[in-house]
Amino acid sequence: MVPFAGYEMPVQYPAGILTEHRHTRTQASLFDVSHMGQVTLRGPDGFASAATALERLVPGDIAGLAPGRMRYTMFTNENGGILDDLMATNVGDYLFLVVNAACKDADIAHLKAGLSGDIEIGVLEDRALIALQGPAAAEVLSRYARDAARMPFMSALPFEIDGSRLAVTRSGYTGEDGFEISVPAADAVRIAELLLGEAEVEPAGLGARDSLRLEAGLCLYGHDIDATTTPVEAALTWSIGKRRREEGGFPGDAVVRDQIENGVSRKRVGILPDGRAPAREGTEITDAAGVAIGSVTSGGFGPIADRPVAMGYVATEYSAKETAVQLVVRGTPRPGKISTMPFVPHRYFRGPE
Amino acid sequence: MSDLKYSQEHEWIRVDGDVATVGISDFAQSQLGDVVFVELPAVGTQVSKDAEAAVVESVKAASDVYAPVSGEVVEVNEALEGTPELVNQSPTGDGWFMKIRLSDPSELDGMMDEAAYAEFSANQG
Repeated sequence: MVPFAGYEMPVQYPAGILTEHRHTRTQASLFDVSHMGQVTLRGPDGFASAATALERLVPGDIAGLAPGRMRYTMFTNENGGILDDLMATNVGDYLFLVVNAACKDADIAHLKAGLSGDIEIGVLEDRALIALQGPAAAEVLSRYARDAARMPFMSALPFEIDGSRLAVTRSGYTGEDGFEISVPAADAVRIAELLLGEAEVEPAGLGARDSLRLEAGLCLYGHDIDATTTPVEAALTWSIGKRRREEGGFPGDAVVRDQIENGVSRKRVGILPDGRAPAREGTEITDAAGVAIGSVTSGGFGPIADRPVAMGYVATEYSAKETAVQLVVRGTPRPGKISTMPFVPHRYFRGPE
Repeated sequence: MSDLKYSQEHEWIRVDGDVATVGISDFAQSQLGDVVFVELPAVGTQVSKDAEAAVVESVKAASDVYAPVSGEVVEVNEALEGTPELVNQSPTGDGWFMKIRLSDPSELDGMMDEAAYAEFSANQG
């Protein structure tokens, strides 16, 4: 157990990170992610005014979310830097946000300062969050909530399981199919044990969560993205809807729109070190001649990729895939190359149709 | 009874004549978790007692391995390059790291025997 953003979190269970990681990609794992912040926004007319209000703080197309749909976005600052990344869901009559644990208090203060007074901000301190991730997740959850199997990726539905009212989204942080389940804190242990009782499901900790998201090419706030990186530099431009690019209206919009139009001087990329030595966060990246061109922001061993994998920022002229680079590991330059991400294909469920 | 001696940095050593085989303890591997990479010194390197001699990387992090004795590295465990998991599976056997020709056998005097190390590591967890 380690302290993490004020919570006591398990890095790993007895099976260990490698086993937990592989199990997630072959069966299903249950993660306790209750440290994440859960926030509701309600406007005078429910969702629409809340969405319009939130758009003043994020570049994502929130107003365009259909009921029961969700989207990845980020809070930006006046320079276009990322204050936090988050999930925003149209629950029907309100907006539901999931934000990072370490940013939770700052995000809530930011919402209070940035939203007009008629938007009601609810902080759900009494709800836990359980992630069920892996190719068997839909089969397992549908035993208790039949329609869960039909939910497409990035959608939300309410369910009642064993007398507990749950808000379920088909989403996650592993690159696998799966669900995040918001559950009243009083029921959390019971629901977690119910799911852990299924033959396919094993518990997984923070260590596997990190190695899974790295293989999936997903950003970790405070490492791969922060207040000094913009969504364009971070290769997250896909999360900025067409309407928002045209209209702006979010903090740093001038910077972000200029970067979309004219390019950026550095970019987040995937990196594959040659050989077996991992290139960890902070590793300097140089060109073939040894000139510094960037640094690694997340790196480690990819258990399914079966090789070291990393992501980081490099000068844009070096960001094309297959570009040869050097990674300075403990003072020794080691060869590697720029790669597309994810390192292991995403396996999201796009829907029955 | 084991013929291993242990350092406070959780390396073990087994002496045969003037050559010592070195690895990390079962306690150390259990604390590290799954080992995915081991960086070993080149054969011929002179190592100094308590100085960094190798690096062991788990999924989580990289950790230094210190030379428990001074001397010349005369052999390294090449098997760890392709199968670093040997460190987890057999830390005091096939998961050995390197062999060092002792330059000062008196350095062995301060090391712990199995029983003393068991007590020492029990207070570390």
